[in-house]
Amino acid sequence: MSNDFANLTFEQALRALEETAVKLESNDLSLEESLTLYEQGQKLAAFCTQQLDHATLRVEQLTTDGEIVEIRD
Amino acid sequence: MGFLRNAGSSSGYSEVWTVGELNSYIKDLFEIDYRLQDVEVSGEISNFSLARSGHLYFTLKDEKAQLRCVMWRSAAERLRFAPKDGDAVVAGGRVSVYEASGVYQLYAERLEPAGRGNLALAFERLKEQLADEGLFDPAHKKPIPAFPSKIGIVTSADAAALRDILNVLRRRYPLVQVLIAPTLVQGEQAPAQIVRALQWLDGRSDLDTLIIARGGGSIEDLWAFNDERVARAVFAAHHPIISGVGHETDFTITDFVADLRAPTPSAAAELAVPDREELYPLVLGLQNGLTADIKSRIQEARWEVQSLGQQLALHNPRRSLDSSRQRVDMLVNRLDQSMERRLTTARNRLALLEAQLTAVNPQTILARGYAIVRDPNGRLLRTAANATVGQHLHVQLSDGVIEVEVISNR
Repeated sequence: MSNDFANLTFEQALRALEETAVKLESNDLSLEESLTLYEQGQKLAAFCTQQLDHATLRVEQLTTDGEIVEIRD
Repeated sequence: MGFLRNAGSSSGYSEVWTVGELNSYIKDLFEIDYRLQDVEVSGEISNFSLARSGHLYFTLKDEKAQLRCVMWRSAAERLRFAPKDGDAVVAGGRVSVYEASGVYQLYAERLEPAGRGNLALAFERLKEQLADEGLFDPAHKKPIPAFPSKIGIVTSADAAALRDILNVLRRRYPLVQVLIAPTLVQGEQAPAQIVRALQWLDGRSDLDTLIIARGGGSIEDLWAFNDERVARAVFAAHHPIISGVGHETDFTITDFVADLRAPTPSAAAELAVPDREELYPLVLGLQNGLTADIKSRIQEARWEVQSLGQQLALHNPRRSLDSSRQRVDMLVNRLDQSMERRLTTARNRLALLEAQLTAVNPQTILARGYAIVRDPNGRLLRTAANATVGQHLHVQLSDGVIEVEVISNR
């Protein structure tokens, strides 16, 4: 799994975090594999929290000309 | 019509009437006509006024004519809507003459918005038909995605409903993106526009959920959402659709066809996205789970090392001992039985060997991925607290020693 989450949606990151947690719970991993998963999970959790903290609603609207323009408050 | 007094000069009468007499006479004419005693008349309200007495005065008109109307307070109090100028209504009552001003007028007992009965009938008929066709069948309801990335909204661009929706999305789940397809939401053009906006959004692959919404209004205002074209477009859509039309008590055909009916536009937004206040604890819980798991995994590894150490102590020396015994046997065989002293020496050596092997062999542990860290003085470094930034440390791995510099100490 890559460490670059920039392209993940929140849902994908959350699912990956859940999967990581489930894998880490299973006992048939070497210590090294466990440590890698732990690190990965922490990064995913940080990514999820960061997304929740810093997201701003992006609003677009279809114009009468058939174009899509961004609406700002 | 011989019972009427004829006031015309052509018939020979020359009697002069007072205004009151004439008006009273005309009033009698109205009141002997049974058809005028209970009439229903449709028209548009104008000049509406509510007197301090509680009586209502207004004019009913159509394109060509006007009719003065009054509704006494006793009847006005029973009205279930607030009439106003421009309302199309059906008024019921008797027609008579107000002698004081010489006008005839409708003394209204009843007042209903025009067409309400027709609308209700059309609503029930369409609802029944679409239900028969299976458009409301729960089997056709699509699930609403739990974590949408992008939501399409069909609504009026400059209405409170849209602002309400955006506020809810901003508060609950600002991670979502929004694409608005503006449309009229009432009037004759509305259904076709709503259908077009819906189809345009539905044709896009970057949307997860659609919301179709309109703020509260009268049954007539909401009527576009009871249009068959709109209902069929909602049913045909590939995206899951949440409807939020009017208030809690308003049910439109669109609500029945939609995959999920929300009581209001705001509620539609709430149903469309998760609440991030509930997601924080979820992420934190998973994070804590990770930490607990890795801690217990490290503890297990410690126990593993300990137990391996014990196995080394217990088993390895014995195996060595066995081979040593063979060696001893060989020695014994090779040496003269009488060389008791050399045998004793060999036994002593054996004891020494056993003692050496009893100690844990660090090499075996290093090969498992552990390292022994020493400071420049060769002392073992057991805790991070004992390391200082910039200090050079010797790290002994299974196949050699590397020198490292401490970059940080947390």
